[in-house]
Amino acid sequence: MQSAIIVFPGSNRERDAAAALKRATGKEPLHIWHRESDFPAVDFILLPGGFSYGDYLRCGAMAAQSPIMREVKARAAKGVPILGICNGFQILVETGLLPGALLRNASLKFICKRVRLSVEKTDTIYTNQYAKGDIITVPVAHGDGNYVADAETLKRVEGEGQVAFRYVDMINGSMNNIAGITDSTGRILGLMPHPEDATDPAHGGTDGIKMFAGIAEAMAA
Amino acid sequence: MSTAPTNVAPANQIDPAKGPALAKEHGLSPAEYERLLAIVGRTPTLTEIGIFGAMWSEHCSYKSSKNWLRKLPTTGERVICGPGENAGVVDIGEGQALVFKMESHNHPSYIEPYQGAATGVGGIMRDVFTMGARPIANMNALRFGDPSHPKTRHLVAGVVAGIGDYGNCMGVPTVGGETNFHRAYNGNILVNAMTVGLADAGRIFYSAAAGIGNPVVYVGSKTGRDGIKGAVMASDVFTEDSQAKRPTVQVGDPFAEKLLLEACLELMETDAIVAIQDMGAAGMTSSSIEMAAKGKLGIEIDLDLVPQREEGMSAYEIMLSESQERMVIILKPGKEELAASVFHKWELDFAVIGHLTDTGHLVLKRHGAVEADLPVLPLVDEAPRYDRPTEPTPAPDKLVAANYPLPGPVLPILKTLVSCPDLASRRWIAEQYDSLVRGDTLAGPGQADAAIVRLPDNEGEITRRGIAITTDCTPRYVLADPKMGGRQAIAEAWRNLTATGALPIAVTDNMNFGNPEIPRIMGQFAYAIEGMAEACLALDFPVVSGNVSLYNATGNEPILPTPAIGAVGLIDDVSKTAKLAFPGEALTILLLGETKGELGQSIYLREIHKAEAGAPPEVDLTVERRNGDLVRALIRDGAVGACHDVSDGGLLVALAEMAMASGIGATLDLPLDAGLLFGEDQARYVIVTGSPETVETRAGLAGVPVRRIGRTGGDRFAIAGETIAVADLKAAHENWLPSYMAGKD
Repeated sequence: MQSAIIVFPGSNRERDAAAALKRATGKEPLHIWHRESDFPAVDFILLPGGFSYGDYLRCGAMAAQSPIMREVKARAAKGVPILGICNGFQILVETGLLPGALLRNASLKFICKRVRLSVEKTDTIYTNQYAKGDIITVPVAHGDGNYVADAETLKRVEGEGQVAFRYVDMINGSMNNIAGITDSTGRILGLMPHPEDATDPAHGGTDGIKMFAGIAEAMAA
Repeated sequence: MSTAPTNVAPANQIDPAKGPALAKEHGLSPAEYERLLAIVGRTPTLTEIGIFGAMWSEHCSYKSSKNWLRKLPTTGERVICGPGENAGVVDIGEGQALVFKMESHNHPSYIEPYQGAATGVGGIMRDVFTMGARPIANMNALRFGDPSHPKTRHLVAGVVAGIGDYGNCMGVPTVGGETNFHRAYNGNILVNAMTVGLADAGRIFYSAAAGIGNPVVYVGSKTGRDGIKGAVMASDVFTEDSQAKRPTVQVGDPFAEKLLLEACLELMETDAIVAIQDMGAAGMTSSSIEMAAKGKLGIEIDLDLVPQREEGMSAYEIMLSESQERMVIILKPGKEELAASVFHKWELDFAVIGHLTDTGHLVLKRHGAVEADLPVLPLVDEAPRYDRPTEPTPAPDKLVAANYPLPGPVLPILKTLVSCPDLASRRWIAEQYDSLVRGDTLAGPGQADAAIVRLPDNEGEITRRGIAITTDCTPRYVLADPKMGGRQAIAEAWRNLTATGALPIAVTDNMNFGNPEIPRIMGQFAYAIEGMAEACLALDFPVVSGNVSLYNATGNEPILPTPAIGAVGLIDDVSKTAKLAFPGEALTILLLGETKGELGQSIYLREIHKAEAGAPPEVDLTVERRNGDLVRALIRDGAVGACHDVSDGGLLVALAEMAMASGIGATLDLPLDAGLLFGEDQARYVIVTGSPETVETRAGLAGVPVRRIGRTGGDRFAIAGETIAVADLKAAHENWLPSYMAGKD
């Protein structure tokens, strides 16, 4: 079993994600540079947080055009689970692997704090160790986490049960308090909060451990 | 070797009659211009005048401060590199070193707060990674004008956003800092940024050039016309038309800096680098000259080869541009291709622009003509030094505390204090900074007296070791008594680190003062340094890096003298540290240290009695050390559940801060005495513990006064029959800054 983290120029939470994956799986993930057009077979792909290409143009827009993303899409089509955290979520949205868009926070300010999330969907590898309705506390650190979608898309996302997490208290203006969504298969998850920074007692909270435990279990299966 | 004939193109030389006027425009006095002419030995070019103006500016030459800075202790067992390099370096064992420094970006931040603050943060991070360290934490020290001043809100918003956007994008957590408001900063705010980096102690990179013929390489972003003459601008007082200086402010690109960081660290893994220097103030001028001077070599640069963002830039503009995110590297011969491949991987410019020579001269060519040919060592060694006259601040009278009694019930007073601009919660600021990236922030903003950051080892694996970091200064004390204030600034930084359980190891200072040509201001500087030096010596706390920012004044109005102190401490085991929140109920609250009830220069006096008067509290360095060493030992032995030093606002404010951080109340056994409750006597700590006897016994042995002052519990704060809900206090504490920033004050 092997996981991979895709690293773009400007990624900056790849170290945090690697530490969380290592804690859960006991194994270092591969770090794949964005210019690669191919990489070894892996059981799980993570797009980390950061500011790929400085968030210039639009968050995630330029990373979505990286050579590596063609391959990531191909792996997605083959059923490899993909997790995008923060900037990774923005890239997945820009790539079209997840619906909707992420705009500037309603406050127009960057926001870093611990927030409460409700777990809305438990039939994914990321969430199957939580119970539906669980309230977990994890940090956010973003300037552009305001989730929006057109009415039809939002209706479909809600109707198909693709909302994985909601903010308990609204922090950034997201429609329906959406903090994280999956694709229609549930294999691709994007979320703005940082569960990887809640996987060590030293982080001041460990509510993210279950997500990485779920990923580890799925990879081992 | 400085006597080699100079050979600039005659067409580039200035009209000698215009020399004095051009010199003045570049901040050079008539005497300094005479000195320039003697060194050059012929009519200079405009580029040469620009180079002298920048190198001899207060900002680059420290000409007013250097004689005084020598008084600070800068050596110690752990010091690998003291002041003079890009940042200070201290040995922390296990083959690791901390590299850190604090630097000001005051003038640019007042003119253009967002870019000024952002590039200040970018500049200090570059200073740290230039030396081979990965930045692991940022801090800052900010001073704004009176909240009622029409510009203050806009400046706070811009500075905070600028600091946040730059550090957040870099992936370096901003883990703490301090923010004050005072009318003396109305026309001249202070933005001091500090970065701490972690390096392999055996792989520190320096800036001294070596190896005649070795290639001089330019990497990073392209050079544009931004920030030209910024160092000269930063060496003058502000006038009414300072806003017209906006073009002298640099523009930051944190993404380019993130790439530059990764590229430099990647190249540093190889053995290609001889020397490296970032381009900060005075850009290519100071970086090339400093490298050559330290190596006692010459340097020849073809400016046509410098990557340029704009067309038609002159030699003068290229040399004085302060475009950001650029470095100069001296490579070992034959390493050009290897280095180029690293920088191209990170999509950055890379250009060989010249080579080192044995002439001792800086030679600059543009379009085939020589634009400057200057002897390097005289330019640096013969830079002007001023022993400016100093005038002491008259000794303030001791305040009679009895004249300032509590005007009414104590808890409404407390509520007023915890919600006043200087003591209100900084959450609105802190939440705009990513304080958590890297996953090693164990105590972020407001959680302890200093930030606590866990250290990875040289392989990147998590360890039990950590560091504590603080920034601190109490400018109102320094104004009243510069020497005592200087002493207090160092002592309080030491105390902040100690209160987390860390062993304080070294200091960086950011000396922000007014116009040094005024004897009273120069006296503030000189006596503050004296007080700092005494404290550093007494506390084994060497200064390893620093920055001086003078001319912080608008017209005749100087800022409060502000020697901002940044400091770091070492923690062997991060599980044995103390934060400030009450850790539980039914615990004993102890006060360590002696209380005389000194109300002089206290926040209570200012906010409640509207007086800024008296002498600041006395700092007894022997007592400071004795009390601090005991507290640190108690924390390391697990006898302390929470610890908070008593500083701004005094004892009752410290207790309220511990209650608000936890949501747990306390019942206090303290008399209603203003001096006891709100005096700012030094060397005191509040400790919360389940084993008070242990603490009392050990305090007795150490000769430290200790007193039981209450117990934790419930959700109310109670004293002498008065009570208030902790939630009420907290609401007032949390509300001020967000309301103010929303314009609802």
